[in-house]
Amino acid sequence: MDPSELGPIPPDQMKATRTPGYWRLVGGRILADRVTLVCLALLALIVASAVFADLLAPLDPLKTSMVKRLKPIGTPGFLLGTDELGRDILSRLLFGGRMSLLMGIWPVANALVVGGLLGIVAGFFGGRVNMLIMRTVDVFYAFPSVLLAVAISGALGSGMKNAIVALTIVFVPPLVRIAETVTTQVRSLDFVEAARASGAGSPTIIRVHLLPNVMGPILVYASGLISVSIILASGLSFLGLGVEPPQAEWGLMLNTLRQAIYVQPWVAVLPGLMIFVTSICCNLASDGLRNAMEIKQ
Amino acid sequence: MTTMAEPLARAADVGGPRQPLLEVEGLTKHFPVRRSSFFGPKPVARAVDGVSFSIAKGETLGVVGESGCGKSTTARLLMRLIEPDAGRMVFDGELVGGDLDLRDLRRRMQMVFQDSYASLNPRLTIAESLAFAPTVHGIPHGEAIAEAAALLEQVGLDPGIVLHRHPHQLSGGQRQRVNIARALALHPRLVILDEAVSALDKSVEAQVLNLLVDLKERLDLTYMFISHDLNVVHYIADRAMVMYLGKVVELGPVDRIYADPRHPYTRALFAARLSHDPEKRTTAAVLQGDPPNPIDPPSGCRFRTRCPLAAEICAAREPAVIDLGEGHTVACHLHDPLAGHPEARRDA
Amino acid sequence: MLTYLIRRVLYAVPIALGVTLLVFTLLHLAPGDPVNAVAGPDAPAEVVEQLRRAYGFDRPLPMQYLLFLWRILGGDLGVSVATGRPVAGELAQAFSNTLVLALGAALVGFVAGVALGGVAGRHKGTAIDHLATVVSLIGVSVPHYWLGMVMVIVLAVEANLLPAMGMGSGGLELLRHAVLPVLTMAVIPTGIVARSVRAAVGETLEREFVQALRAKGLGRGAVLRHVVRNVSPTIVAVLGLQLGYLLGGSILIETVFSWPGTGFLLNEAIFKRDLPVLQGIILMLALFFVLLNLLVDVAQAALDPRMRRA
Repeated sequence: MDPSELGPIPPDQMKATRTPGYWRLVGGRILADRVTLVCLALLALIVASAVFADLLAPLDPLKTSMVKRLKPIGTPGFLLGTDELGRDILSRLLFGGRMSLLMGIWPVANALVVGGLLGIVAGFFGGRVNMLIMRTVDVFYAFPSVLLAVAISGALGSGMKNAIVALTIVFVPPLVRIAETVTTQVRSLDFVEAARASGAGSPTIIRVHLLPNVMGPILVYASGLISVSIILASGLSFLGLGVEPPQAEWGLMLNTLRQAIYVQPWVAVLPGLMIFVTSICCNLASDGLRNAMEIKQ
Repeated sequence: MTTMAEPLARAADVGGPRQPLLEVEGLTKHFPVRRSSFFGPKPVARAVDGVSFSIAKGETLGVVGESGCGKSTTARLLMRLIEPDAGRMVFDGELVGGDLDLRDLRRRMQMVFQDSYASLNPRLTIAESLAFAPTVHGIPHGEAIAEAAALLEQVGLDPGIVLHRHPHQLSGGQRQRVNIARALALHPRLVILDEAVSALDKSVEAQVLNLLVDLKERLDLTYMFISHDLNVVHYIADRAMVMYLGKVVELGPVDRIYADPRHPYTRALFAARLSHDPEKRTTAAVLQGDPPNPIDPPSGCRFRTRCPLAAEICAAREPAVIDLGEGHTVACHLHDPLAGHPEARRDA
Repeated sequence: MLTYLIRRVLYAVPIALGVTLLVFTLLHLAPGDPVNAVAGPDAPAEVVEQLRRAYGFDRPLPMQYLLFLWRILGGDLGVSVATGRPVAGELAQAFSNTLVLALGAALVGFVAGVALGGVAGRHKGTAIDHLATVVSLIGVSVPHYWLGMVMVIVLAVEANLLPAMGMGSGGLELLRHAVLPVLTMAVIPTGIVARSVRAAVGETLEREFVQALRAKGLGRGAVLRHVVRNVSPTIVAVLGLQLGYLLGGSILIETVFSWPGTGFLLNEAIFKRDLPVLQGIILMLALFFVLLNLLVDVAQAALDPRMRRA
């Protein structure tokens, strides 16, 4: 273990003392994982098409036409057909992606901040603080997530803002739990004790030793929630509790097209297919991220 | 330039060589545990129960005992990583919590943990881990990083190779050297080594032990060396302290205790040890079973449930600490002429 | 075991109280005066005042909560604004309808999931193993309200095999009507049960004692019994929770299939602003979920002594 024991130092090691960082390693692992790559590419495509919907959409997504109602897929001028009010499905899907993705990601981001903070506080300080936070979380866990989302947005009334509030409340408890678990684990590791033993105060320990080690698992867990959030958000819109007409949103489109399944069944299926593909890609990408981020000793 | 290094200058000696570096009196920690029934008093685990000892300047005090006897809890209590329920600590004449605040205590006293991997933050480079404690105590970051290289050299590692690596890129022995370097970063006077070499391979263990001996000499350190390995304690320690279920049962110079252990538990412990000489190895298991539960320890002497010489008095009264001379003390009725143990005369 | 049981039941009490508090808060979250919600928009002023006193809305909030709690304990969930009938009665019928779907889906999920997961865990890396992985991925990723629509299109509209809407009138008709919603709902528990069973079976087979049993030449039946004993606590837990999720999450499926259960009722209540019904449904489903969790934990502890310590 003396330097001499390691043998003569090869010249390349003399210079290359800085080893590839952790994130470089994670990136390399993701690049080697084909399933994750494909999913990330698809997600990038979906996000880009939503962001650039203005440029990509062939028609105005809100423009109705009584004569061109419920055209089938492949109609000239309406590549993916039209809905019950004669609006272009392709354009509505592109614009709808904006709303659906926004409503999928926003609540998780909110919950990540609120739940992550509460969980870290509960895990780090333990005792009564932990008790208070975790028992409250237990109460929220007594509600199946769909029921909780519907109950809150049902009580608050329909609308995008209320739906986001409802979904945020749904995702806070699981994030508190995961953050608390991870924090409790890391806190009991010797390096946190060693940091305390060196005289550092709680804020410093949390910043230098705790956060960098707990953020990874919490973020990975949160990324897994995005898929659930997209399904739930669209579900709320499907029930008429989320985005309000005439706005385009995948769940809401599915709701209005439901009446048309006897006329144009395959057009009616399209918005749901988008939700499905997005959700499956989010799930697989999140799994891939989790695998890539595992620290192997 | 003069002010920069000042906060980290080693704390000066206060009371001279004859004053103990650390005096501990009645150190106690009872952990609350979950009730197993709804009735009766709230149960506690008596992890450390009235432990008293002192460490002289420049010596190595070895602490031995089975796992769960309170060795590690004692170490954490000394570092105040856990708040003690009772007890007094005096560091070189200064009362901890009185004249000496925790921040200063932690500069004078540092600790090395058993798990070399878990004691280093996996996200920080070795340089950053070593610089952390000095920066907490007001050393500019750049200076602390520069100091880190010197610390690594001190523990026999090549800074050019190790400084910018992450913990998982080092071997167990290298990591433990880094942990020792980290403990030395604040220029402590007392270093608590909690099973610091136990997880290492035998050959690496020997090297690290030699390093510890060497560092002690060079830096004028005092060690508290906690280990379940009696041979290692024999090698490194000047005095040994034997613990059982949160109590000190025997304490004295290593040579005396190893040559003539007095407490039945110490004897059993030594009898159970693997001798380096295959001819001398015992085959019979001397200690039967596990130590009793610290939640509800036996009355009187805690060892009596496993003691071959237990008598009525052992259940009735807790043994007093008997001074056998030359700093050798034992807590056993056998050696107390006033206790009236039936075996006392023959054994003592 | 008895200590565990007492502790677990005592733990459920504050949770149940928390649930009632949350549901109580929900009513006060709703925009507008809660009395108007109870009385309906067209009620004359004196009726509103009368109701305000009758419901105790004129008292301070903590008192109102205690009153609310007292009424629940007596089984009084209020009166539906829309129909004027007691909420409890309306709920009972709807709940039994939803239970048909949820139990059916749990049963299908159990059978299909155990079969799929069991075979996959036994033969890792084979085609059926990949199938199990794909099914569980679909189970957690598919918007099941959409899957319901696809089912309707394929099996009801195109193939004209099964009815698409409603519940039918008992017997065989009920069964025919239940097929599509049950199958749709079963996708999630099938996927999740399959995944857990696959993992548990694989893990058990790799355990030392099972390998030792095999080495000893024990028959497949004996090994299977060990596997079942080790896997059953997991299945009980997964299935119990899934049943709760199915009951609570039935609103989307019931909307798609116009199935007159709690979810359908809930949907109606939301759009008619029938807050007593809304409150009653949520309260009942959540309390049922608390009870279900309790039963799952107790069953698990009975099956696996190690769980009693947790």
